[in-house]
Amino acid sequence: MTYLLEAKGLEKRFGAVVAASAVNISVKAGERVSLIGSNGAGKTTFVNMITGYLKPDTGRITLGGQDITPLDPRAITRLGVARSFQIPQLYGDLTALDNMLVANACHDQKLSFWQPARRPAAIARAEQLLERFGLIEHRGRRVAELPGGVRKLLDIAMALTGSPQLLLLDEPTSGVSAEEKFPMMATIMGALGQEASTTVLFVEHDMDIVERHASRVIAFYAGRVIADDTPAVALATDDVRRYVTGELLAE
Amino acid sequence: MAAVIAPSSKAGAAQPAAAVAGAGHGRTVLLALAGCAVLAAVGWFAPKWLTFLVTMAAANGMVSLGIVGLMRGGVVPFGQGMMLAVGGYTAALVFNKLGFTDALGLALGGGLVATLIAAPFAPLLSRYRGIFFAMLTLALSMVTYGLLMKLEVLGGSDGFNVGRPTLLGFKLPDARVGYVMYLLTVVLATVMAVAARIYFDSTRGLVTLAVRENELRVEYLGGSVRQAMTINFILAAFCGGMGGALVVLALGHIEPNFSFWTTSGEFVFVAILAGWQSVAAVFVASTVLEVVRSFSSAYFPNTWQLALGLFLLFVIRFLPKGIGSLWMKGNTR
Repeated sequence: MTYLLEAKGLEKRFGAVVAASAVNISVKAGERVSLIGSNGAGKTTFVNMITGYLKPDTGRITLGGQDITPLDPRAITRLGVARSFQIPQLYGDLTALDNMLVANACHDQKLSFWQPARRPAAIARAEQLLERFGLIEHRGRRVAELPGGVRKLLDIAMALTGSPQLLLLDEPTSGVSAEEKFPMMATIMGALGQEASTTVLFVEHDMDIVERHASRVIAFYAGRVIADDTPAVALATDDVRRYVTGELLAE
Repeated sequence: MAAVIAPSSKAGAAQPAAAVAGAGHGRTVLLALAGCAVLAAVGWFAPKWLTFLVTMAAANGMVSLGIVGLMRGGVVPFGQGMMLAVGGYTAALVFNKLGFTDALGLALGGGLVATLIAAPFAPLLSRYRGIFFAMLTLALSMVTYGLLMKLEVLGGSDGFNVGRPTLLGFKLPDARVGYVMYLLTVVLATVMAVAARIYFDSTRGLVTLAVRENELRVEYLGGSVRQAMTINFILAAFCGGMGGALVVLALGHIEPNFSFWTTSGEFVFVAILAGWQSVAAVFVASTVLEVVRSFSSAYFPNTWQLALGLFLLFVIRFLPKGIGSLWMKGNTR
């Protein structure tokens, strides 16, 4: 079977802290995978290793068969990996449209000294994505003035600019009120639904959202993978109920 | 937040995209040409002291333009004086030693040599930010100053004089040499200003703005922060070198003080005064500096720096984003 993403034998320590231990994960193209676990379980460390921000102490990561373990974030991005951030990484002084145009420019292999950044084709592409995420009315507003949920969506929209084959969402609904989480996630998945070839890994703490939007769940605890299965199966395992959802502790 | 998940509306859609991209540069070029034509006409009738003042302002403005280009990427160099000196010494040496006297050629040559000198340092400097970048550029500038002071072949601490240039094969008439240098400098400054505006509005220019705000995200979007900063440093060197050559041709003299850190500080002053959003503001600010310096030197010869400092305090207090913010309100270009 051909996997889009394969992580084999990943180990990562920060002094005495084990951030990743014997992590073996394989993801097929088109999957919607949720990464769950308590704080410090190793989810973001795993995401950071895939994107090249952290290098594993041992182990190997391949993307479409190519070893990306030694590559830097920019090189990995150019291979078709994109991510959003738990705290949106945006350009506050620029408008939402300009943020999208920055993403468009960065993905351009041939940056120009004279070709306008705000040319029709780039603006059309940017507005198309803004429209898909319900952000078109904010196109002319400075990002610093936008509400938190809008900034989250913009962060994800920017990641989609390069039509990545693998999209990593780091807690896309964090910081959003409970009543807004579901509509926001529906917006995100609805927008991603138009990119059927994009594989999505999203870190999430809300199990209702996980059950609704993930086809597969990978649970982390103390740097190890403690479950890897469909949501119904994974969320019912004793380890997940003990270390992630806390249900066994409550009982 | 409801707006986030509600069906989007096309209300508030901006002007057609084609108008945004196409008309912008066309309007910029027309305005620049008009401004250049007005200056050319005014200069014909203006007194010599005024045309000389504007010549120096335009030439120094080019040097400061390079600093603004770097400021858009979030760094401030304190060594642009080195580029001024390299361009100036290039023009002076080529004039005196090789007998090549064409002002346009010397200006371009000054820019080119400054670019070649800066290129090896640019990748190293692109790794640094904040005070480290400023100190490194200042260090390069002071090393250059030290070398120029020691090298007698380059005139040592006294420097040397430069004669009257020619232009496109023509000798400049005695009565109009000042005006011709004024016209050449204004034209070149106009060309550089338009080129800078086009570059700032380009994809590379936008990535530079992004680097200023969030380097991490630029890398995660596939952009190269180091490449952006390296290119900006090289372009700033060209601006500084060309400006330096024109300053020397207008003054008729070159000396090591061009590379001293206080000279670099004046260009930083102009860049701060102008702000990083407007190209025209750079030349306005440079002119303001020349006016303040000239009149302060005339009426407060022992305390003109005090006048300059007070003026800077005034600007920082009431125009923290620079003169350009007066007409670039809400525009983050």
